Amino acid sequence: MDAIRMEGLTKTYKDVVAVDNLNLSVCKGELFSLLGVNGAGKTTTIKMLSCLTQPTSGDAFLNGKSICKDTAAVKSIIAVSPQETAVAPGLSVRENLELICGVHGFTKDKRNTKITELTKWLGLEAVIKKKAGKLSGGWQRRLSIAMALISQPEILFLDEPTLGLDVLARSELWGIIHSLKGKVTIILTTHYMEEAEALSDRIAIMKDGKLLICDTPDKIKEAAGTDNFEQAFIHIVKGAAK
Amino acid sequence: MRMLTFANRNTKEILRDPLNLAFGLGFPLVLTVLLSAIQANIPVRLFEIQHLTPGITVFGLSFMTLFSATIISKDRGSSLLQRLYTTPLTPVDFILGYTLPIVPIAVAQCVICYITAVILGLEVTVNILYAVIFIIPVSLLYIALGLLCGSVLNDKQVGGICGALLTNLSAWLSSIWFDLALVGGAFQKIAYALPFVHAVEMERAILAGNFTGIFPHIWWVLGYAIIALVAAVSLFLRQMKKQ
Repeated sequence: MDAIRMEGLTKTYKDVVAVDNLNLSVCKGELFSLLGVNGAGKTTTIKMLSCLTQPTSGDAFLNGKSICKDTAAVKSIIAVSPQETAVAPGLSVRENLELICGVHGFTKDKRNTKITELTKWLGLEAVIKKKAGKLSGGWQRRLSIAMALISQPEILFLDEPTLGLDVLARSELWGIIHSLKGKVTIILTTHYMEEAEALSDRIAIMKDGKLLICDTPDKIKEAAGTDNFEQAFIHIVKGAAK
Repeated sequence: MRMLTFANRNTKEILRDPLNLAFGLGFPLVLTVLLSAIQANIPVRLFEIQHLTPGITVFGLSFMTLFSATIISKDRGSSLLQRLYTTPLTPVDFILGYTLPIVPIAVAQCVICYITAVILGLEVTVNILYAVIFIIPVSLLYIALGLLCGSVLNDKQVGGICGALLTNLSAWLSSIWFDLALVGGAFQKIAYALPFVHAVEMERAILAGNFTGIFPHIWWVLGYAIIALVAAVSLFLRQMKKQ
């Protein structure tokens, strides 16, 4: 069954078409990546799907709920980990998690259970009492993902989750994202080709708001006639420019 | 419940910043003590404790503008607001969550100023209680100005506009440090067209037990507070939509 179905999703800003007539479906439990160079329309697509911005035309359905007509229902089943660090710096790691539990209306028992579970799983126990603003970039990103996961979303949006992290921190986050596969539907945007190839079930490549191709990493390489994913990406994006 | 969780977070963020405590509480107290010391040596009616304290309590509220503007602009800058916009929090939750936590901080600041004034010789009367109660609508005006600035400015601009410009406007155009009639002319007219001097004169009248003297000042304060709140809410909602 489809977790996400986009029907002619379009966003224009004055004369600029940021997303152009996107028709895509994402299956439940799938890890789906959006790839593209800067300005391709990845973040705008995520913003529309997460009800942060209204589409100019078209619609999308998240587990059957319209992003245009049923935003409250959509917001109750999604979580977003934005591109920039999105934590409350003056609060401790635990308080940040409590904040998200509170805004989702969790009971005290449920809140405590979820925090214990998640901090153990993500290895946040060591920093649980530290202020989020004092953590390194890697820990902040880990906390950001924990804040997205704690509401038990059915659909999770990860916008450039490993941007600016060192190799070790990135590898650890890959492990976390990989372990979520099949449990949550994940939409990932990234600039790192190897990240998309390693983690994704399917990848959509976008350019200038248009969808160029959508398939498994292997099929995309096959279509581009190369066994290197980065080369395949360059071939497809440059091909579209001609 | 959701709004209270968010409001609780905002209270913690504000109170945990030592600079907020230093300026929000320390600065008005230092001014009260310093001006009372000047008054002790060179008597000036304006700096008599019953005349000075209401002005200081109103001036101290300019820091509430700074608090509310700073927290909103920082949340916008860090994408925390973007994250929270994708949660079930409603626009009303956001506006109340940013506004309500600052009201008790403003009242606490006012109470501490009056305790200091009592130590410095202010007579204890029930009017102090009324003056504290009437500081609430004035605080809403200052908080709304912060909500307004925080919705359109980044945290560096907030420092300049709210931290420097507004505190100076609130200080010079409020008749706290000097009698506006001494300058007169356009300066005095501009001052009386703005709410700051009206807030001070209203508080002075209440503390003096001259309850008819709160008019028309209270209308100016309430009028500006409503205008600022409406403008702040519409600008906040506008930037929320722009996400």
